[in-house]
Amino acid sequence: MNRPVTVRVQKVKKNRIRTRLFFFLFLAVILVLVSFFADQIVPYDPYAQDLGLSRQPPSPAHFMGTDQYGRDVFSRVVVGAKASVFSTLVLVCVTSVFGTVTGTLCGYFGREIDSVVMRISDVCLAFPGLVFALAIAALLGGGMSNAVIALAVISWPKYARVARGQTLALKNSDFVAAAKLAGDNSAQMILRHILPNILGPILVTAMLDIGTMMMELAGLSFLGLGAQPPVAEWGNMMSGGRSMLQTYPWLVLSPGVAIFLTVVTFNLLGDTVRDYMDPKNSGS
Amino acid sequence: MDPVLKVTDLSKSFSRAGKKDFFAVDHVSFALMSGEILGIVGESGSGKSTIAKLITRLIDATGGKIEIEGQDITGLKGREMIPVYGKVQMVFQTPKGSFDPRRTLGDGICESLRNQGVPKAEREAKARALLEQCGLPGEFLERYPHQVSGGQCQRAAIARALMCDPKILILDEATSSLDVTVQKQIMELLQELQQKKELAYLFICHNLALVQQFCDRVIVLWDGKIVEQGLPDDVILRPKSEYAKRLVEAVF
Ligand SMILES: Nc1ncnc2c1ncn2[C@@H]1O[C@H](COP(=O)(O)OP(=O)(O)OP(=O)(O)O)[C@@H](O)[C@H]1O
Ligand SMILES: [Mg+2]
Repeated sequence: MNRPVTVRVQKVKKNRIRTRLFFFLFLAVILVLVSFFADQIVPYDPYAQDLGLSRQPPSPAHFMGTDQYGRDVFSRVVVGAKASVFSTLVLVCVTSVFGTVTGTLCGYFGREIDSVVMRISDVCLAFPGLVFALAIAALLGGGMSNAVIALAVISWPKYARVARGQTLALKNSDFVAAAKLAGDNSAQMILRHILPNILGPILVTAMLDIGTMMMELAGLSFLGLGAQPPVAEWGNMMSGGRSMLQTYPWLVLSPGVAIFLTVVTFNLLGDTVRDYMDPKNSGS
Repeated sequence: MDPVLKVTDLSKSFSRAGKKDFFAVDHVSFALMSGEILGIVGESGSGKSTIAKLITRLIDATGGKIEIEGQDITGLKGREMIPVYGKVQMVFQTPKGSFDPRRTLGDGICESLRNQGVPKAEREAKARALLEQCGLPGEFLERYPHQVSGGQCQRAAIARALMCDPKILILDEATSSLDVTVQKQIMELLQELQQKKELAYLFICHNLALVQQFCDRVIVLWDGKIVEQGLPDDVILRPKSEYAKRLVEAVF
């Protein structure tokens, strides 16, 4: 889009992006709120077993049916959001902040720290996620927090790389040179000029990563390396119901649809954030 | 009179894979007197911008010495350069690229005074006044770089360079992106400022007519080396070196 656009066209476009952003942000906030207040909003106790009510198909009382122990699937899906959404958000926040900070510092100061940190990140990147998670599970035992640790170790280098590459590019730009001539020290330079300019790509990476990480966490739980039964988590709920996919499909479909909708929401939010952060769309 | 800027045997080489090092600036020596306008002309790639970046220490010299008001700045590091930037300022070749895309022109113009701890109201008033002197209405302080034209951005860049009252101003093709009338306006402004504040200019330029009109002295650069220097009339009307002859012929 090198063609000059009128301020009006720019404004209309920007408004449309903003509406989309608010819409997906609204959905994402609802998901996060559900995960925070899961215990308060569930209609039934997600862990209360009632074998008399086992494997009930969806009905007005049990909107997503019940599982083989007679637990309300809807309540379990809602509580599962706590494990899935909340763990994923913590994971992505911690790794993106850590990766961005290290990457920016490496790119800006270069020299020895850069080589050392980048080699460490190479090592972390070299592990296939699943194998590494297996090793961590073997070492520290299974469980959600260990699965999060395993994924954190293999996912921070992605941010470090993005941040470092962007920082290196910016370091040679004229506006950074101009800021140097204005007497900026390293801290001022990074905080005022480098970070704000690399935040867009980082934020987009993080937003799109939420979906991926959610899938990976669910995948690890599905394999029994993440959340352990009886804890309700979408991955292990699917794993528990998979042998009954043909006969009692709601056991697998309910958490599956929950994962699908959540991942799609966060991915679309990521796309919208990218459009919104594009300086070309932020006119007047 | 002592020179405000003295450059001795300044060199900058870039290493090239498999080949001999390439000298972008090759043992260049010159002095800039207080209140003088020194022009540097030369074809594209002759090392003009590299000299500007060496003097402002944006890149490190391979060899030679740079002195500003008698102080050797060749080896100064990081923070030690901050006081020097109060004396030397530069207008970059690419006006748009020299402003942070996420900050307003006003932020960029005021940054040097902000770092010196000048109160907000005071520095904004000064920025507004300088911007108006450079021919832009004060409301441009709130604009972002992508909302202004190249020429307008260039004027804001000149205002920014003048904010901290420097002694030496390096103008790297500062008027190239402006039309003839604005170019004249800016040159008149620069001359006026120069007489008022005893500013010295290092005026890097392609336009020989402009150089002839405004410079006190001119250096002809070719392949990183000085091939000729002297009064503009002598160099342009009676060039001695082969290269200067060709350069003049190409323009006139
Ligand atoms: N970082 C670098 N690495 C390698 N070569 C470089 C680098 N920077 C500049 N050069 C080379 O140094 C030479 C001088 O470049 P410089 O930018 O100083 O030219 P210039 O005289 O300003 O040209 P123009 O009029 O086009 O701005 C060019 O040949 C350029 O390719
Ligand atoms: Mg140049």
